[in-house]
Amino acid sequence: MTTDNYISRYISIDQNGILLNGDIIYRADGKSGAELLIDAFKTSGISYPKFYKMDNLSKLAFLAAELLLADQGLRERYKAEETAVILSCANSSLDTDLRFWESVESGAPSPSLFVYTLPNVMLGEICIRWGIKGENTCFVSERFDVAMQTDYVDSLLATGCAEVVLSGRADYLNGQMEAFFMLVEKNPTSLDIHNPLTVQKLYDRQWKN
Amino acid sequence: MEELMKTLKVQIVEQLNLQQIKPEDIGDDQPLFVEGLALDSIDALELIVLLQQKYGIKLAKPEDGPQIFKTVRNIAQYITDHRAK
Repeated sequence: MTTDNYISRYISIDQNGILLNGDIIYRADGKSGAELLIDAFKTSGISYPKFYKMDNLSKLAFLAAELLLADQGLRERYKAEETAVILSCANSSLDTDLRFWESVESGAPSPSLFVYTLPNVMLGEICIRWGIKGENTCFVSERFDVAMQTDYVDSLLATGCAEVVLSGRADYLNGQMEAFFMLVEKNPTSLDIHNPLTVQKLYDRQWKN
Repeated sequence: MEELMKTLKVQIVEQLNLQQIKPEDIGDDQPLFVEGLALDSIDALELIVLLQQKYGIKLAKPEDGPQIFKTVRNIAQYITDHRAK
């Protein structure tokens, strides 16, 4: 017997702006990807100086997690070990890899760029911020493999490896970006059941469509 | 020395992406690590790169780093001492 899990909140970020549960909470108004991330971060009133040191992929994922998890009482409701983060991306850390390579070519390799030359660093930034110690996995796939990722998250919840999962996708390359994060819980906190059809529907419901 | 410290503060803010800090807010004798600006080990590496890039100075003894990078004044003094050599 399978037990349903629920998408309690979801967020989308792309060049057009930010949607939280499908509602517009920030408009890009022509800002570039990097400008949008910094402006949206400042607008949100979040105080976290390290944000400015992150690469663009981590900034994107961090901002999505901040806005998604705000006021959700995650730390109060779940133990650090029972909270998992499962993300995927298309271009891995290529955006930063290229910038790091430029710094190598210039004769002065940048340490602060080097530490972001792995895609799973974005998960680390989220976990540090939210004190998360559960499973962390980052898949790299050209397209969002909704069926696989949905099944993976449901398996974590069904086997007790996690009680709550921050799941989704974040990708950044040359100013083009997309993030789609969901908070998946066992408790029926919304009408959106966590299954491939619903996830695909919510993922497709972005500004670009 | 005063002019060098002023320039260094601008370069530190730029190199370390300290976008919430204005160069003039950094004190000459303010601790840069742990307390003060709360810089970390990656920032220390960036400061080493900054010395190499902007001043052509390579840190001869890495173990001297904590003392050299303790404050802007210490960095300026180190640059002054080693640039002339």
